[in-house]
Amino acid sequence: MTTVTTRVPVAGPSARPGSKAKRHYATHLVLLVLAVMWLLPLGWSLYTALRPIESTNEHGYFSLAGPYNFDNFVTAWNQGGFSKYFWNSVIITVPTVLLTLFFASLMAFAVSRVSWKFNVTLLILFTAGNLLPPQVLAAPLFQMFKHLDLPYWFSDSGSLLNTYISVIVVDTAFQIGFCTFVLSNYMKALSQDLTEAALVDGAGIWTQYWSIIMPLCRPAFAALGTLEVIFVYNDFFWPLLFIQSGDRLPVTTAINNLQGVFLSNYNLLAAGATITVIPTLVIYLLLQRQFVAGLTLGSSKG
Amino acid sequence: MPRTRKVRRLSTRDKVILAVMVAVPTLIELAFVWLPTLFSIGLSFTRWSGLDLTDIRAAGTDNYKFVSQDYPPFWPAVQHNILWLVFLALIATPLGLLLAVLLDQKIRGSRIYQSIFFVPVMLSLALVGVIWQLFYQRDNGLLNFLLGTAGTPAAVDWFGDSNVNIWAALIAATWRHAGYVMLLYLAGLKGVDPALKEAAALDGANAAQTFFRVVFPAMRPINIVIVVITIIESLRAFDIVYVINRGTNGLELISALVIQNLVGEGQVIGVGSALATILLVISLVPITFYLSRTFGKEAKES
Repeated sequence: MTTVTTRVPVAGPSARPGSKAKRHYATHLVLLVLAVMWLLPLGWSLYTALRPIESTNEHGYFSLAGPYNFDNFVTAWNQGGFSKYFWNSVIITVPTVLLTLFFASLMAFAVSRVSWKFNVTLLILFTAGNLLPPQVLAAPLFQMFKHLDLPYWFSDSGSLLNTYISVIVVDTAFQIGFCTFVLSNYMKALSQDLTEAALVDGAGIWTQYWSIIMPLCRPAFAALGTLEVIFVYNDFFWPLLFIQSGDRLPVTTAINNLQGVFLSNYNLLAAGATITVIPTLVIYLLLQRQFVAGLTLGSSKG
Repeated sequence: MPRTRKVRRLSTRDKVILAVMVAVPTLIELAFVWLPTLFSIGLSFTRWSGLDLTDIRAAGTDNYKFVSQDYPPFWPAVQHNILWLVFLALIATPLGLLLAVLLDQKIRGSRIYQSIFFVPVMLSLALVGVIWQLFYQRDNGLLNFLLGTAGTPAAVDWFGDSNVNIWAALIAATWRHAGYVMLLYLAGLKGVDPALKEAAALDGANAAQTFFRVVFPAMRPINIVIVVITIIESLRAFDIVYVINRGTNGLELISALVIQNLVGEGQVIGVGSALATILLVISLVPITFYLSRTFGKEAKES
């Protein structure tokens, strides 16, 4: 049911031949007003970020006086340590997304292409898991990681706390539920004949999974992959909980600390916020179709 | 039944592979999602400093008594969570529906409007908090300037003033939620059979009647998803209030109280877990509703 549709609304409203072409002035007016309101917060950040603090100190924030340049971005990048935070985001996001898709595809295959007793039970377990508020599991996970003794060559905290692995593992576990749900619906829609035929030819389970079903799921992987990159990049909570040393935080969580650091310089904070937005915008512009498809594929996700 | 026959045809090797395919993701899900959930419930009946595992003491229902009777921020947090839900349900979600209906018409620039309304959906709520901080700021924010109050004693510190900050946070959250709802409804509207609308028009229904009596009920599956998303989002709300002031001073939410009791000085794990368990119990209502809708039929069939 929640695999609402794979048809994507990016193509714009479908033209129905025969219907009268209306002008829709009122609609445009409402949409224009709302669109301007929608862009104000982001536009204001960008505008503030482009002005040096000297010029806003002199003329005030609500002035048009120049100059405009990218100095705040450079300063925020260097002072704020964005290159490090972005790298942390990459270290966390790439393995999480790959592991999530891999494990979810295994599970989805097993519950959708092979019929056995606990199919639905397992799917419910996974889907429900993804819908829980993360704060519900925060305390036990934190304590589990804290009390797990690890050798110091592996982790300088002596436990899983303050490691990238803690975030990767929990993000993966949390996202598997969602991806399993979406992929299993996708796989169910593929014809049973595909694997029946292979079965007659003597293909084992692994061949069915790897050589027949997986290649057919490429569109779903593209959509889910894009969506998951954005989800994991945007994840604020798990790094906040597990990672104590500031220089290991991914950029989305680090921006919270930078608020304090840049408090005296509003223009730098604006530049930092804008820099943090850029990767998501780039992904969206490049992979718009996949991203929107992913969201509608699995509209159970908040 | 042909399906059971299929399972019997599996070779031993296939059964082993299948078992691994199911076991690995299931163990991850159990270990990092469901086991911690159970631990949360367990810990809520104990007293523990989090230091040594042997220090855990049974506490009966003391934590719950404390939370409901002697913990000042608890009831305000419950009220705020309810307010959050009502606001999203009555303002943000209908706004998203309105956007979808307007954009579903044959109008120019639909794609551009869609992209504008959709940009916030790609941002983390933590970042939304930072961006709106710039917009709402007392002395240098755009809103006070637009209201003509900037630099005067009448300037409102939108995120700092405990009388207004919950509303300010809700508007920032709406900025993101409405775009998401719009996208889902756009997909839903595409799925409505145009013949239905034409039939209604032939019967003399006007646009509003057609929408509320024909189109809206026809989108029932999407409506259910939207209801569930709205409830779950309001229970999960955390990032934005945490970024603003760690969920204090007018922005108390249950999720934020959980974290306040788990990190920082004087970890009160029992109390934090009791709050987490309360959050869990409330969340189970929409989750169960959603799962029974989604899997109810399948469970009966198998």
